[in-house]
Amino acid sequence: MADLKIKDLHKHYGPVHAVRGVDLEIPAQEFAVLVGPSGCGKSTLLRSIAGLEDVDQGTIEIGGRVVNDMRPRDRDIAMVFQNYALYPYLTVYENIAFGLKARKTPKPEIATRVKRAAEMLGITPLLERLPRQLSGGQRQRVAIGRAIVRNARLFLFDEPLSNLDAQLRDEMRGEIKRLHQEIATTMIYVTHDQIEAMTLADRIVLLRDGRIEQQGRPLELFERPASRFVAGFLGSPQMNFLPGRLVNGGGARAVKLADGTILPLPAGRWGQLAAAHDSEIILGLRPEHMSRAQGPSAPPGAIRIGTTVELVQPTGSRSYATLGLGGQPVVAELQAHDVSRPAEKLELQIDLNRASLFDAKTEKAL
Amino acid sequence: MMRRRAATRLGLRYLTAGAVTIVFLFPIYWLFIISFKTPDEIFAFPPVWWPANIQFANYAVLFKDGDVVVVWNSLVIAGTSTVLAMFFGTICAYSLVRFRTGGDDLAIWIISQRMMPPIVIVFPIFLLYVWLGGVDTYWGLVLLYTAFNLPYVIWMMRGYIADIPIELEESALVDGCSRWQVLMGVVFPMARAGLFATAVFTFVFAWNDFIFALVLTRTEVVTYPVQVTHYFGGQSNFWAKIAAMSVLGTVPVFIAVATLQRYLVRGISMGAVKG
Repeated sequence: MADLKIKDLHKHYGPVHAVRGVDLEIPAQEFAVLVGPSGCGKSTLLRSIAGLEDVDQGTIEIGGRVVNDMRPRDRDIAMVFQNYALYPYLTVYENIAFGLKARKTPKPEIATRVKRAAEMLGITPLLERLPRQLSGGQRQRVAIGRAIVRNARLFLFDEPLSNLDAQLRDEMRGEIKRLHQEIATTMIYVTHDQIEAMTLADRIVLLRDGRIEQQGRPLELFERPASRFVAGFLGSPQMNFLPGRLVNGGGARAVKLADGTILPLPAGRWGQLAAAHDSEIILGLRPEHMSRAQGPSAPPGAIRIGTTVELVQPTGSRSYATLGLGGQPVVAELQAHDVSRPAEKLELQIDLNRASLFDAKTEKAL
Repeated sequence: MMRRRAATRLGLRYLTAGAVTIVFLFPIYWLFIISFKTPDEIFAFPPVWWPANIQFANYAVLFKDGDVVVVWNSLVIAGTSTVLAMFFGTICAYSLVRFRTGGDDLAIWIISQRMMPPIVIVFPIFLLYVWLGGVDTYWGLVLLYTAFNLPYVIWMMRGYIADIPIELEESALVDGCSRWQVLMGVVFPMARAGLFATAVFTFVFAWNDFIFALVLTRTEVVTYPVQVTHYFGGQSNFWAKIAAMSVLGTVPVFIAVATLQRYLVRGISMGAVKG
């Protein structure tokens, strides 16, 4: 295992500036997930770490050594690809042994290590088969087996679960997490799926247009997003964004929405808003921070507002209700039986203690 | 009623197909059968359709006189040039595809070399070879056929290599392979069908070439197509020798195509979709 340090990394593809000055430090044994929309540079960053792309500027350091000019084979990394990259003409055993053979590992040791990896992944009965005789999930296990057998210092995963169906994806996600706990190697994982990022990561690195938008522990990013982009990217259903203006209402700070609705903010949040008085802002409300009002009065920091249900989407455990708020539709995540049909009148309770506020111009958190 | 008409139609189709096949196979049959005939039978009228005794005297003469060495010459020259053209052509194609060497223009330029009629350079090549001392040598023809086949090999292999998922190679690079190991361990096995299909055509071209072999050989390394023409004399043609030598020249190609048929069909159709 080794740590990874990236300093001021730049990469161009012709006129496209794919990675624009990335600084990143990942301590040994950490599970870091690079996440972002397509074209954000996450795969390019991963491939640069692997040595499959030359970088134009900056340094990549693995275990204290700059590896910029090192060939991929000398970097001592293992990589799992999205389409498995199994050799169709080799058996599962030979596929897993491929890297060890290329490095001239003695045969008995190859056998021991392949056996151990196969046991770990539960693919021992498949060792003599060819890849085309395997299901998608089995192929992905073999691909992972090929990586762990190497005992590399750094593991790279390039969207390894994208080709699997939803159920299998959940299952493999759990396995990858378990694997990380068992072999405790530094892992860097690229995905565009925010659920994978949230569930797997010790650290999420959220990229946008070739730059790091925010990085940190998953809940840190989820609860304290640095920008509207981060807030919108993490969480499903997405955070609701309501344009408004920060106003003084009867000695208290409040958000005045487009249709004139006033939402008074809890006193605890006034301090951070001192500089933003009377400016255009965006109020961010997560669906789970809204609920159907219950009991005689709202708890501190929460407010209640009468509204009408436009659309109901039950998932079984919860129901997503689309409601009108501030003159636009918002999605609230309610208890399964809190709402039953469209056009229903509902008293909505909004927990403003956990609401996010963004500057309307910069879209940065206030 | 309908059924009978359908049956008649099918019967007619088979009849036509059979007739056409016989017309086209007849010369080959005739060639083979002559090679087993005695001189009397060859010139008999009405023609002898099947000799009274299958005899190998015509072949024995070729072996006794040492003429058969030309088949060996052809094998060595066509075989060596095929191996060389395949090897260098494939690594060139790899470079074109994976490193974008020369952009798109270079590939087109390379294949355009193949479109030139060979006859126009026979004379300059002859002069060059006289000067280099390459006339009537193995290496002379090997070099020439390799050069001639390279564009074809590069063009074909370019398509096959482009079809290999690049992740297979990247995975091998990360796993510890050098570029050479990637070529040997990933690219060649993945492109096997294409390699065999291309190799057969390359071999057949070198095997059948007449014009360069005629101009560039004298006595030492005569190839089999040239040797066959030696049996057409001013006064008489040695039909028995022509037939026997032609059969000997056909057999290796026949064996090659028959054993590699599986790859040929796959390789050709692959190339047809993507080239």
